Formats: sequence, structure tokens, C-alpha cells
Amino acid sequence: MRLQKIGIPILLALALAAPFVVYPVFLMKALCFALFACAFNLLLGYVGLLSFGHAAYFGFAAYISAHAAKVWGLGPELALVLGTLTAMGLGLVFGWLAIRRSGIYFAMITLALSQMVFFFCVQAPFTHGEDGIQAVPRGRLLGLIDLTDNLSMYYFVLVVFILGLLIIRRAVGSPFGQVLKAIRENEPRATSLGYKTDRYKLMAFTLSAALAGTAGAMKALVFQLASLTDVHWHASGEVVLMTLLGGVGTVFGPVVGAFLVVAIQNYLAQMGAWVTIIQGAIFVVCVLTFRRGMVGEVLEFWRRRNAAGPPAPPPGGGH
Amino acid sequence: MKRLSRFALATALVLALAVPAMAEVSDGVVKIGVLNDMSGVYSDLCGPGSVEAVKMAVEDFGGKVLGKPIEVVSADHQNKADIGANVANKWIDVDKVDVIVDLPNTAVCLAVQKICQDKNRINLISTGASVILTNKNCSPTGFHWTYDNYALAKGTGTAMVKEGGDTWFFLTADYAFGHDLEKSTAEAVTKSGGKVLGSVRHPFPCNDFSSFLLQAQASKAKVIGLANAGGDTINAVKQAAEFGIVQAGQRLAGLLVFISDIHSLGLKTAQGLVVTTGFYWDLNDETRAWSKKWSARMNGRMPTMAQAGCYSATMHYLKAIQAAGTDEAKAVAKKMREIPVNDFFAKNGKVREDGRMVHDMLLAQVKKPEDSKYPWDYYKILRVIPGDEAYKPISETECPYLLEKK
Repeated sequence: MRLQKIGIPILLALALAAPFVVYPVFLMKALCFALFACAFNLLLGYVGLLSFGHAAYFGFAAYISAHAAKVWGLGPELALVLGTLTAMGLGLVFGWLAIRRSGIYFAMITLALSQMVFFFCVQAPFTHGEDGIQAVPRGRLLGLIDLTDNLSMYYFVLVVFILGLLIIRRAVGSPFGQVLKAIRENEPRATSLGYKTDRYKLMAFTLSAALAGTAGAMKALVFQLASLTDVHWHASGEVVLMTLLGGVGTVFGPVVGAFLVVAIQNYLAQMGAWVTIIQGAIFVVCVLTFRRGMVGEVLEFWRRRNAAGPPAPPPGGGH
Repeated sequence: MKRLSRFALATALVLALAVPAMAEVSDGVVKIGVLNDMSGVYSDLCGPGSVEAVKMAVEDFGGKVLGKPIEVVSADHQNKADIGANVANKWIDVDKVDVIVDLPNTAVCLAVQKICQDKNRINLISTGASVILTNKNCSPTGFHWTYDNYALAKGTGTAMVKEGGDTWFFLTADYAFGHDLEKSTAEAVTKSGGKVLGSVRHPFPCNDFSSFLLQAQASKAKVIGLANAGGDTINAVKQAAEFGIVQAGQRLAGLLVFISDIHSLGLKTAQGLVVTTGFYWDLNDETRAWSKKWSARMNGRMPTMAQAGCYSATMHYLKAIQAAGTDEAKAVAKKMREIPVNDFFAKNGKVREDGRMVHDMLLAQVKKPEDSKYPWDYYKILRVIPGDEAYKPISETECPYLLEKK
């Protein structure tokens, strides 16, 4: 764990200094997606459930917080909480339905439910259909700090992101997390040990949906808009891509993956039609050469150097 | 005290020197950003073709304005409002872009127009369709150049009733855009004495139109209005051809169709379709000359109205900078409203107070395959619709800053 002791202060210092070097709006976007990917990873990496409908929580929370901030005039912190709670409720209901199945069926049910959310958003009058909710005010944090300034908004996003990450770490490291991992490795055995696996899975699902909602709600405030892009199934696909690229089942993997994908989308926007092709090529290369994802490979390399033991099998999940 | 006054004098001097310098070209370069869809569904009708059109405008202008160079940058917003907003913010904050051009996809348009308004930059919308861009969501520095869905709906609706197509049935994409298009067209139809017999809403996007087309056929309406866009319109037209709807005497009216859509459909399928367009390459010698120049740079394709509009809008913007003697957005916007638009794209076009560029529209019918003499010979022009008739009158404006003035 020496790696963490040196790594975390360095990362924190980098995060604090970053907006002075890199364009802050880009960083905020990457942080939103990073939190989204971490939330998703909680489910895929630690419970082994591949949800293909996480855009529903991400995007719907974005709409709710945008609506709350713009129409109801709530402050940013309340809008954020409201978005999170909505996503949590949605996750509770959808999770309750979806966890009855596993593997590909689970993925399909989550996809179907998220498509329902998508069509609801296309139709519902408050979302303004494909125009989206625009010109959402960022407002003042707790009525004090003006968030229209990109720099203060960035630090607000960073704090929320770190809190989210801490919640995930706490959940994963706790006995609750141990049970989740047990379910991932062998569900019947966890059941035979007396754990109500469905209840654990539902809790993990709800937590993941809530954090995805926080990320979405934050993104709505950062960009001052909520649009159909975020509830579309492409967004569900993108988060899978981010998590796999970075490394499933590692705490920082999804963060790295999210930064990579967002950077490709933004900095290669100038290359026109090549963006999606490059993204695809990178994905193919990653899947073929380092199956544990970028952070996963680094950690594995570190582990092997220290232990000189046989390599652990790449994480696959128990479905 | 003496030091203070000397300091004040020095400051005043610096300011006096700095002000006229500011009133010219900021950062010593005029940067034009073309932001559109380079890889998705709209890339054919705007995409790289729009970038080329903007580059041609810069070349034709001489590459310099007020003695300062003009640069063109471009980016793909991938039809995502957040990416569009991110690029626009970065362009303005970091890369010192002065104007953002093209902008397909209404959600992206709205986001970028707001950013440009807040940061005092000009945006020229060519491909974006929604009429709200110069109404409820208008901006003092935002301009809408080529067409809008109101003009298309009204043009096609009114003209077809005049020609005897007085009973209508709508196939409507079931989302705000489709509903809007149906509503505007239905209004135009009833105003000119026609009747709407019914409408059916199809999911968006839709692959199987058969049941909807059967309903349309059963309605016995003379005209079937397609209140949808892009892939939906293409699918509907294709399947209507399979059902032999046009051959059986009903007519199809495409409410948002670009010439690139006709190109992908082929004349055999698209023949008889009536459309309203802001520009047709084969209208006269001037349009042909420009389009051929563009075509030579774009592998023999012909420009859509959106691409031609990008040239016209950019040219007008550069002329306005020249006339204003500065690239400061408000001054340029003022000049853009004063100078009439006269080029191959628009004759005596006028930029209204709300940012709408009013110019004549064309009502066209897609030719039969045997009438088409050369590549891209697709349209027969039925009528020129005068701009004031085509666009939503400014007396009905919902634009907040205009309403305040009243």
C-alpha cells in the first residue's frame, strides 16, 4: 500500500493546481464523468453486475437539478441533492426489478428501463424535448460563493467528487463491500453463508445510481444545460468504455478512463470524423493488450514486482 | 500629490492610447470557428462542406480584414450540447475565437448562442432549424441565416394548397420538433383555405412506417406532410415509394429536406416530393459558378443550402467588420443589420432586429429520373417565395429584448 501513501497526496496536489494549467471547464467535465464511471464501477467491479442503463440515473438527475435550479430557483447544493435523491429513488425501483436476473438478462433489463426514461425525457414537457433545459443558473453555493466563476465552480466539483470517491472507498472497504465481493465471486456460496444477496445487490445498485445521479446533476450545473445526450444509451455505453479502459474493480481506474475518453472527445474535436474512429481503435487495442485496463495493469505490475508471485487472473465478474 | 497626478496622467495617456487599439481587431487576428457535426447524421449536409465554404469566403474576401489576418478553425460537436458548449467556451476563453458559424442541432445552437451572448461574441447559425433561436431564445449577437422550420413549413404548406393540394394528412415525429413542424404547417394550410384531415404520430426514430402510411393512404388526403427530419424522412419516403403512394396520386411534402437527402434517396424514390429550400445550386449563373467552385473542392458533390449559407453569413460578417472598423461583437452586429445581403445566395437579404436574415425561399419539386439531365439535376423550381411572406413576421416576435423596447 506504499503506492497509495505516495500517490494520493500527489494526486490531490495535482487536482488543486490543475485548473491553472488546464482549461477548468474541461476538468470539471472530466470529474463529472469520472464520478459517473466510479459509480458504475461500484456495480461492475465489485458486485459483477453489468448495468447497461446507467445513463438513466445520470441524465435524469441532470434534468431534475437543472429544472430545480432554473424553474424553482433552488441553490446549487439543493439542486444537487434533489438530483441525487431522484436518481436514488429511480435506482431503487429499477434495481428492485433488475436484480432478479443476472448476466446478459440483467443488462438487457437495465437497458430497457433506461430507454423508458429516455422516451419519457423526449416527451415530458419540462425537459423541452430535444432542445433540452438551457441557461441553467449556477447560482451561489450556500448563498455565499458565486459559482459563475469557473475556478470556484471547479473546486466545488472537486470537493463533491472527492466525497463521492470516499463514499465508494468506504463502501468497498467495509464488511458490506466484502459481502459484495463474495457475491461477485460466488453468489450461491454467499447465500449458503446466510447473506440475503438480493438485499446487498439492491443496496449496491441504489448507491451506484445515487452517485451516478450526483455526477449528472453536477454536470448540469457545470454546463448550465441538461440534454438528451445524457439519458441516451450512448452515455451508458460510454461509461462502460471508461471503466474498462481505466480498469474494472480498481478505485482510480474509472477516473483515468473517464479523463482519457473526455480528453479524446474534446481535444480531438478538431479532427472531425476521426474522433469516433480513434476512440474505437483505442478500445480495441486496450481490450487486446491490457485486459485489466490501464490502472489495473499498473497495479498488477506493481504487485508482481513486490511479490514476484504468479499473475492474478483478470477480473471478469461472476455473471 | 504630484506623484499621484503624474500617475493619473500616465494612466489616462495609456488608456487614451489603448482605447482606439481596442476598437480595432482584438488579438490581431479574426478567428472564425466552424462548429458542426462532422461524423454523425448531419455531416453530409453541413460537416466538412461548411468548413470549406467558410474557407472560400475568407479567400474571396482576401484573407485579411482591416489589415489583420483571418483564421478558420473547426470542430465536431458530435451532436452533444455539452461538447458544443465546452468547445465554444474554450474557443472564446482560450483560443480567442471571434465568431462561431454553422451550428446544426437545436440543443447545441441554444447552448452556444447563450454562451456567445454572455461573452459578447457573434454566432451565425446556418444549419440549425428552430424558429425559437430568433424568438424566445434570441440574442442581440446571434444570427439565423439560411432557413428556419417556420419558413419551410409555411412555404410548403401555403404553396401546395395554392396548387390544389388542399387536404392534408401528417406523419409526425413524436417529439417537440415534429409537433412544432406539424403545428406551423397546419396553420399555413388552414390559413390558405386548406383542410387538415388528420395526423398520426410515429416514434422517433422510426424504421417501419407501413401502418402509418396505410392510415395516410386511407385518409384520402391529397398531400401527406412529413413532419420529421433526417433518417425518418428518408425512411418514410422510401417506404411510401414501395407502397406506390405517389403513383396512386397522393403527393408527399417533405417539411425539412436537404438536397443531400435527395442524393441519398435517388430520384426514382424521391420523385414528386415537394420541398422548400433556401438555396438551389442550379438556380442561375451566379449560383452555378459558386457551386462548381465548391464542388471542385468537395469531390463533385453539390452544396446544400446550409453549406452555401455558411459562405454567405461569413462573407457578410467580414464585410460588417470592415464597415465597423472593429471586430467588437456589438458594433459588428449593428453593421450586420444595416448592410443588405447581396451575393449569389441571397438578393437584397435583410438582417432583422431579432437576428433573422430574411431572404427569398424556393419551392421545389424533385424531378422524375427521366427529366434529370446531369448529375445533381434534382429540383424543378415551382415558385420563388418572397422573404417577407416566408418568415415569421417580426410583429409576432417573442424575442425578450425586442419586447422590452416596445
